[in-house]
Amino acid sequence: MANFFANIAGWVNERAPGMMPMYRKHMTEYYAPKNFNFWYYFGSLALVVLVSQILTGIFLTMFYKPGAATAFDSVEYIMRDVEWGWLIRYMHSTGASMFFIVVFLHMFRGLIYGSYKKPRELVWLLGMLIFLVLMAEAFMGYVLPWGNMSFWGAKVIISLFGAIPWIGDTLVQWIMGDYNPADATLNRFFALHVVALPLVLLLLVVLHIAALHEVGSNNPDGVEIKKKKDPVTHIPLDGIAFHPYYTVKDLVGVGFFLIICAFIIFFQPTLGGWFLEYDNFIPANELVTPAEIKPVWYFTPYYAILRVIPSKGLGVLMLLLAVLAPFLIPWLDRGAVKSIRYRGRGFKIAIGIFVVAFFFLGTIGAGKTTEWIPELFGANADLTFIENAFGRTLTAIYFGFFIFLWVYTHFGYEKTKPVPERVTTHA
Amino acid sequence: MANEGVNQGRRRFLTATTAVVGGVGAIAAAIPFIKSWQPSARAKNAGAPVLADIAKVEQGQRITVKWRGQPVWIINRSPALLATLPLLKDRLRDPESQVEQQPNFAKNETRSYKDKPQWLVVIGICTHLGCSPDFVPEIKPEPFDPEWKGGFFCPCHKSRYDIAGRVFQGVPAPANLVVPPYKFVNDNQILIGEGAA
Repeated sequence: MANFFANIAGWVNERAPGMMPMYRKHMTEYYAPKNFNFWYYFGSLALVVLVSQILTGIFLTMFYKPGAATAFDSVEYIMRDVEWGWLIRYMHSTGASMFFIVVFLHMFRGLIYGSYKKPRELVWLLGMLIFLVLMAEAFMGYVLPWGNMSFWGAKVIISLFGAIPWIGDTLVQWIMGDYNPADATLNRFFALHVVALPLVLLLLVVLHIAALHEVGSNNPDGVEIKKKKDPVTHIPLDGIAFHPYYTVKDLVGVGFFLIICAFIIFFQPTLGGWFLEYDNFIPANELVTPAEIKPVWYFTPYYAILRVIPSKGLGVLMLLLAVLAPFLIPWLDRGAVKSIRYRGRGFKIAIGIFVVAFFFLGTIGAGKTTEWIPELFGANADLTFIENAFGRTLTAIYFGFFIFLWVYTHFGYEKTKPVPERVTTHA
Repeated sequence: MANEGVNQGRRRFLTATTAVVGGVGAIAAAIPFIKSWQPSARAKNAGAPVLADIAKVEQGQRITVKWRGQPVWIINRSPALLATLPLLKDRLRDPESQVEQQPNFAKNETRSYKDKPQWLVVIGICTHLGCSPDFVPEIKPEPFDPEWKGGFFCPCHKSRYDIAGRVFQGVPAPANLVVPPYKFVNDNQILIGEGAA
């Protein structure tokens, strides 16, 4: 029997001789630094979620019926009548939020260890593109159940394009294919959500990994392991083969991750309105606005920036800039040292403040501050004024981080610690 | 033959012309796909004018008519409400309706036909982000405005409009509520979606 398989392998190899070298290049002979820590789980977890979303998504399309008259009912049909339909749907809806959690942590890892710095700028840019496409994918997916929040969310987000001078109104009508989000809008979002954007996403993921494997992975010490190679084998001294070492390590992460996912899917599928908003369990009604239109949690920090800026045009512009600003990080950060372990105190404090600001912007976008302000300042407090003041301060901090990063590193204010020659381990 | 000297000039010319012709072809081929996203004939048809019966709308009452999937409010304003309009001038962004949010006939304080000032016809969608504001017609202090003179309050982002749909200063909405094109067919009927621009 072993002979039989060996023969098949030999037969294939003769006809496709490039396949095994490709496998070795990306798996058994891709040498990754041996000091990967907790933060390095999230890349592979993002891949796991992507595969899960595609798989559950394919099964959902077997029962879901796009169209303003059918969409909501078909989702309820999946939830109530299709065998295990509720599980597949909750896997997909939970997967969407988990995707963003994992991707935010993955991006944070890149920030603290300087993984965007030369020679990995392209890896960062491709990653940011993935993030943009993922936002579009998530937004359109949220419209598909055609609940009331789907409808009004779509209306609000599409109307953002109306802020573009001259062509705004025409563009909005073109995107919707009607004078309001309607059947036409839902159908084209369906096509984009299940075919076009997943294809783009997969292509970008392949490019992201290919670009990474050209330059090699960074690590928590920010040391280039390719600088110290074994003179005979030319294998980096601090490198270990991705397979089996990191596939096994990542499997442990996947195990923990799936336990958390399973808990949410089985016990808290809406996660208190954070993963699935309650207003979306009501069918779309174009004449009745939900009491509060708010996006799902992963868009709330950006939405807050839009909300606290009084002018619509400026708000949309700032929202766009907030999403696009991280593209520039590789060129804003002029510091020579990659890892936060050896960077100046200013960088550590700045990144801490940045994360806190981003989090609290999220609470504004989610409408939490409208609940907190009366408790903190009394029932007669001027809600709008306090929220705007708080939100604009946080917006300034958000953008201030990018400016600070450039000033701090470009003018040499950063006092770094010496970076070791080799990676450090805590054996 | 291949070695007998290459005419570089001709090669460049052919490459350039092929690229240009191919590019034009690609753009032309993209047009049908881009145009397919425009509102279809059916959607345009569904967006046709709508006739509203206003005979039974009492003073102070509002009716909502659906036009192009949007709520159009028709409000019969009382003299008391109309009397508030001149008082608010200093608190509004665009009290004279100079911004293009209405047909020319409604470019005035009441934002209505001059001979029928009691009738307000507006699209009930906040100009900020498309929510549908609440109708708050009583002239009495409200939590969001102690000097409220009646109007519309958007629950989404707290934009306020007066009873002519004119936006207040210091709120997120940038402009007055949109007045759709409409005309009085007779004293009891309004045709929404058609009329003087």
